Amino acid sequence: MRFNRLALYGLLGIAALMILAPVFIMVSTSLKPMDEIRDGSIFALPVEPSFDAWREAWSGDCSQTAGGNCGGLSSSFLTSVKIVIPALFLSVGLGAVTGYALAAWKMRGANLMFAALLVGMFIPPQVTLYPLIIMVRELGIFGSIPGLVLVHVIWGVAFTTMMFRNFFKTVPQDLLKAARIDGAGFWPLFWHVMLPLSLPILGVAMILQFTYIWNDFLLGLTFGGRSGQPMTVALNNLVGSQFGEKEYNVDMAATMLTALPTLAVYLLSGRLFVRGIAAGAVKG
Amino acid sequence: MNGVELRGVTKAYAGLTVMKDINLEIEDGAFLVLLGPSGCGKSTILNMIAGLEPVTGGSIHIAGREVTELEPDERDIAMVFQSYALYPTMSVRRNIGFGLKMRGMPKADIEKRVDEIGELLQITPLLDRKPSQLSGGQQQRVAIGRALVREPSVFLFDEPLSNLDAKLRADMRVELKRLHERLGRTIVYVTHDQIEAMTLATKVVVLDKGSIQQADTPENVYRRPANKFVASFVGAPTMNFIDGKLVQDGDGIAFDGGSGQLPLASLPTRARDLIGQPVTLGARPEHLMFDDLGANARVLLAEPTGPDQYVRLAVAGSEVTARTGPEQHFSSGTDARIMIDGARVSLFDPESGRAIL
Ligand SMILES: Nc1ncnc2c1ncn2[C@@H]1O[C@H](COP(=O)(O)OP(=O)(O)O)[C@@H](O)[C@H]1O
Ligand SMILES: [Mg+2]
Repeated sequence: MRFNRLALYGLLGIAALMILAPVFIMVSTSLKPMDEIRDGSIFALPVEPSFDAWREAWSGDCSQTAGGNCGGLSSSFLTSVKIVIPALFLSVGLGAVTGYALAAWKMRGANLMFAALLVGMFIPPQVTLYPLIIMVRELGIFGSIPGLVLVHVIWGVAFTTMMFRNFFKTVPQDLLKAARIDGAGFWPLFWHVMLPLSLPILGVAMILQFTYIWNDFLLGLTFGGRSGQPMTVALNNLVGSQFGEKEYNVDMAATMLTALPTLAVYLLSGRLFVRGIAAGAVKG
Repeated sequence: MNGVELRGVTKAYAGLTVMKDINLEIEDGAFLVLLGPSGCGKSTILNMIAGLEPVTGGSIHIAGREVTELEPDERDIAMVFQSYALYPTMSVRRNIGFGLKMRGMPKADIEKRVDEIGELLQITPLLDRKPSQLSGGQQQRVAIGRALVREPSVFLFDEPLSNLDAKLRADMRVELKRLHERLGRTIVYVTHDQIEAMTLATKVVVLDKGSIQQADTPENVYRRPANKFVASFVGAPTMNFIDGKLVQDGDGIAFDGGSGQLPLASLPTRARDLIGQPVTLGARPEHLMFDDLGANARVLLAEPTGPDQYVRLAVAGSEVTARTGPEQHFSSGTDARIMIDGARVSLFDPESGRAIL
């Protein structure tokens, strides 16, 4: 018994170490000046820790580095926020209403719609990239934030609809009947009965969509253009386009800055997330 | 006239007929119980009255108005479900007031009505709780409150007591009956429990396989069942059925079960017309009496239940159950003599199962 405990904690410790080692290296490297990086081991702790690299990664200007894509990530951070917020609320909101309609109301063609959703969920975005580009171009919003938001909503809504539909399908029929007898139509039933029931699922959908959209690179690169360049694309440019010596400390700091918002969302909503998962948010 | 009328109502699911030609008149103020085994179509009828299921054919009238094409909330009905179906995220107060809110009633009026209902059903201390913080019996009270608050012409109940334990069920039954007497509103009540039907109903409609078998007062359904199905579904222990024929027995009539005769004292004289033709005798346990002048029977088993005892007997080639008081002692394997009260038995046509006496 005691040996089992020990073995368990040993294994957990090793797993944690393997995951945390790169994080440690990133944090420590980002705090070192370049000469410490050049001369020391990557496992060494910074001798003279400083936040210069973080400042540079966030708001550096182009005076020290050559090339087109330089500068800090602060402006693309704002762009990412402008993309994520509307895309998040639109994809989750639309998914909630569509999933509710599919689950709680008898609709003509509901089965066909359901099949389309399944296809929508499992086709990789690369496959439909080209037709999407044409579509967005024809709408005249290619290479802009609204264009990118639209694409994210299109991609997210199949997934969120499925999540809400599956949850709303578990709501007992008698409850829907009671609401009909009470005179609740489509919107009152959604607003007063179904949406409050779905709060845990709503939370999970928000968190997952936030993560997908924030971390997206491919769609941002393809549809964002110059004005709609999200943080991930800017990070890639920053890390990939420096001339001369690689500034590892700046790269590490920039990477962590980009990952920070999703990390924060997970840490702040951990409880809710687990509760939503337990409520069956991400099954089938 | 706040009654309900179903005229030639039929229902089919995907071409499969589950209700055939239902004609039913429910008078204003009646407590009508739809009684039948699971799957016979009780809920389907209730849902069609409520407007939750469209009818395939025929028409439905509530309070003298045709409602066949109307939505549930336009029909002036309220419904109570077996699962209570309370809104889980709303307080009891909001649950009860929700229907009024949907009708656009001002907030202050809703509050007043909800408070009145809370007092009537003695749930005032529960008004600010969530349904999950209530016991089953309390939830059912709230569900009834949600129906009452709207003051509809007709209340629909779908097996409202099935999820409660036996003691609570008996209490709620009494309360429902009181409530009905007090409000005088029309109630349509679905159950598979014959005790509920017998105790609550002013009229019982017995259903089987999607059609009405008998619609009558509880007394008549029990005393004069229209066919073998009704006779066997209503009453516990169930009615005894013996196939055979009526024969002349001196001045009177006896029943010949093939391997022995049973005297049927005071059978109505009309029964003479049936002498010689095959019949199924239907005798309830209390119609069998232990009497020294009766036919020979053998005791198989005695089951005392407290106030009564049920005695299994072999008589005239069949096994029957007799009901008697607890005083007399019966041992298995001994002989007894039984008589059948001809004034109370039923006779059925063995082919169709229809009552012929
Ligand atoms: N939505 C449905 N689709 C197909 N058949 C149904 C549906 N609802 C009920 N039925 C059938 O109709 C019959 C009556 O059902 P129901 O009214 O629920 O019975 P009860 O309430 O008496 O138990 C059953 O045979 C059932 O299988
Ligand atoms: Mg039912």
